[in-house]
Amino acid sequence: MRTTRFLVPAAAGMLAVAGLAGCGGGDDKPDAKSGGPITVKATDSACEVGTTEVEAGQVTFKVTNSGSKVNEFYVYAAGDRVMGEVENIAPGLSRELRVELPAGTYETACKPGMSGRGIRGALKVSGTAASVAPDAALTEATVSYQRYVQSQTAALLTKTEEFVAAVKANDVAKAKALYPVTRTYWERIEPVAESFGDLDPKIDGREEVVEEGMEFTGFHRIEKDLWTTGDVSKDGAIADQLLTDVKAIVAKANAEKLTPLQLANGAKALLDEVASGKITGEEERYSHTDLWDFNANLEGTKAAIAALRPALEQRSADLVKQLDTEFANVEATLGKHRAGDGWKLHTQLSKAELKELSDSINALAEPISKVAAVVAR
Amino acid sequence: MSEQATEAPRAGTLSRRRAITLAGVGAAGVAGAAAGAGALLSGGDHAAATDKAAGAVPFHGEHQAGITTPAQDRLHFVAFDVITKDRAKLVALLQEWTAAAARMTAGKDAGLIGAVGGVPEAPPDDTGEALGLPPSQLTLTVGFGPTLFRDAEGKDRFGIADKRPAALADLPHFAGDALKPEISGGDICVQACANDPQVAVHAIRNLARIGMGVVSVRWSQLGFGRTSSTSRDQATPRNLFGFKDGTANLKAEDAGLLREQLWAQPGDGADWMAGGSYLVTRKIRMLIETWDRSSLAEQEQIVGRTKGSGAPLGKAGEFDEPDFAAKGDDGQPVIAETAHVRLAHPGQNNGAHLLRRGYNFVDGSDGLGRLDAGLFFMAYQRDPRRQFVPIQTRLARQDAMNEYLRHVSSGIFGCPPGVRDAADWWGRALFS
Repeated sequence: MRTTRFLVPAAAGMLAVAGLAGCGGGDDKPDAKSGGPITVKATDSACEVGTTEVEAGQVTFKVTNSGSKVNEFYVYAAGDRVMGEVENIAPGLSRELRVELPAGTYETACKPGMSGRGIRGALKVSGTAASVAPDAALTEATVSYQRYVQSQTAALLTKTEEFVAAVKANDVAKAKALYPVTRTYWERIEPVAESFGDLDPKIDGREEVVEEGMEFTGFHRIEKDLWTTGDVSKDGAIADQLLTDVKAIVAKANAEKLTPLQLANGAKALLDEVASGKITGEEERYSHTDLWDFNANLEGTKAAIAALRPALEQRSADLVKQLDTEFANVEATLGKHRAGDGWKLHTQLSKAELKELSDSINALAEPISKVAAVVAR
Repeated sequence: MSEQATEAPRAGTLSRRRAITLAGVGAAGVAGAAAGAGALLSGGDHAAATDKAAGAVPFHGEHQAGITTPAQDRLHFVAFDVITKDRAKLVALLQEWTAAAARMTAGKDAGLIGAVGGVPEAPPDDTGEALGLPPSQLTLTVGFGPTLFRDAEGKDRFGIADKRPAALADLPHFAGDALKPEISGGDICVQACANDPQVAVHAIRNLARIGMGVVSVRWSQLGFGRTSSTSRDQATPRNLFGFKDGTANLKAEDAGLLREQLWAQPGDGADWMAGGSYLVTRKIRMLIETWDRSSLAEQEQIVGRTKGSGAPLGKAGEFDEPDFAAKGDDGQPVIAETAHVRLAHPGQNNGAHLLRRGYNFVDGSDGLGRLDAGLFFMAYQRDPRRQFVPIQTRLARQDAMNEYLRHVSSGIFGCPPGVRDAADWWGRALFS
């Protein structure tokens, strides 16, 4: 968490997004152009996409998870720019993704266990590719990132509901397992969430930032109880309040329209989060699940940069190349510390390993800090 | 850094050099401009000394500045680990560093745009804390450590392993060494010396920032006061034991000795080092509190000099030659067999000299109520195998001062010859 608020809410009002990333499911209306949804059979080890070639326009995928792990499905443009995604597909469930795809080459990906690069496949979209004007590319960036925020907040809400239910049922083991997963969705969009000043400390405040007369609540309060005493029997009211606060922030985040400059600054802010709070182990001082947050912050940065990518490529191709290299380097460095579908605890890393991570974040953060000026020119 | 930027000061981007020029007289070069600025502030001899201390030391030359340059008052020393495997990236960094070092030693900003000259959305390419400060005789001196050539597994990291000079040998373990690996060694070092600590820190901070992703700071050390003089114009300063330190140091005026003892020569074994020098660093913690409780007589016996004038025991003046054969009325040597000055003196070490350039440090306190203080020892020489190593071997075994010392950090670096001109760069001969 942070206390500075760099994201000044821009124009309020609900942003109408074409091809809204579907999270409802159950809409079986056939796709106008392709004659029906493309089926995606997802398991723990495979991702079978019904076709690898489609016509430009609105494309609908129906993703069925027949594996044992929670899955996600993505459509990526170059540089892993998210064109559309569905999060949190529980085992045995189907969900739909509707996405507007211009002609070009894309990749599909299932992410069983919600981790890693996922199981990738090529997707070719034919038709007439409209070249994007520089300013249009920036407009598209904000729309693209808004899709990301919507998918993340939807998953955040669902997972918070599950987490809160586990806490209230005094199911400590389940709550502990859900804790870092729930926070992943929070950490990915943390700069957006933090722009709503009064809610952030209630949801994500650490004990030392709580002001006189204010109660220590939110994720970290429950974290402390889960990992120190293992007793959450008195945390029912705090859990209810957490859900209320998360609902409020989700509604606000989805009503928010970010400027391209805010996206660029948000990407940098996420890396600052990593450098100042996660490398040091301050953020998750009881659960030590800082590497989950680290990864989520990194993914959030990547999503913001990916949204800006078409504009950046037009304006500074060298910077994009440098960013690609350094993103790959951080991912490889962090990747050494995977544990199953999750991450090693902060306390399991040596000082040398933490320094290596710190160096890789610094190497990425320097070029990231140059993005805003490129966007602004 | 933007492509269209130029060196010329721009409106609203007042370089430090330009600020000084405006404050003083016309644009008469950095040193002249600085002198002008100083002259407005005060007058007389004091002003002359102040002006010199504020001026610039030429960056380009046969040898690197910061070795025989009259020792400045402050130090910020840094050792980097190279974290890239890509030789081209390392070379590009050395070139970028050289350009930034040339600018900063002239009193300019680290980058071409400067601390306040860029677009508001971009982070400045200079961190800004030296805005308005004169060059302050800043020197930046680079050196390459043994681990740059081969890593711990013996791998040739950048295709330069066969260029490692024999003189750049790992230092042996000396009796009593209590070295901490995390503050020892390093692939590349940079010594920043200046008469203003802010200027020295600014230089290291900006070099570290430029190096992100290619190098990582391994350790660094601040020194607040010089303990050696490297020129006969300078008075001999005192270390934290309260004694004059470096009386018998190699000095800039000793041309013959410098050639023989300081500068690596063609034919020494590594051509790229000819005109360069080898640097040994030792962070030496002083056990201040127990030293302070020892009697004046004991302190002087340990050092072998008087505390007041710095004269060798039995002599009257600081620069009198010590008489190591002299005996007192009791038949004992006037300068004890275990006195520091005897063990370290060139006359007792086959004529081996060092150019010492150390600094006093205080890193706060140690949690036990004691100052975490001492000497950051730096010595330049032609060949450590014939100079520092034998001298320190004797000191480590016999020096009575050891009771009050702990060597906690150690480093050895080959510092290449000077950067000749704007086309030259740090390590060019090594990497070409």
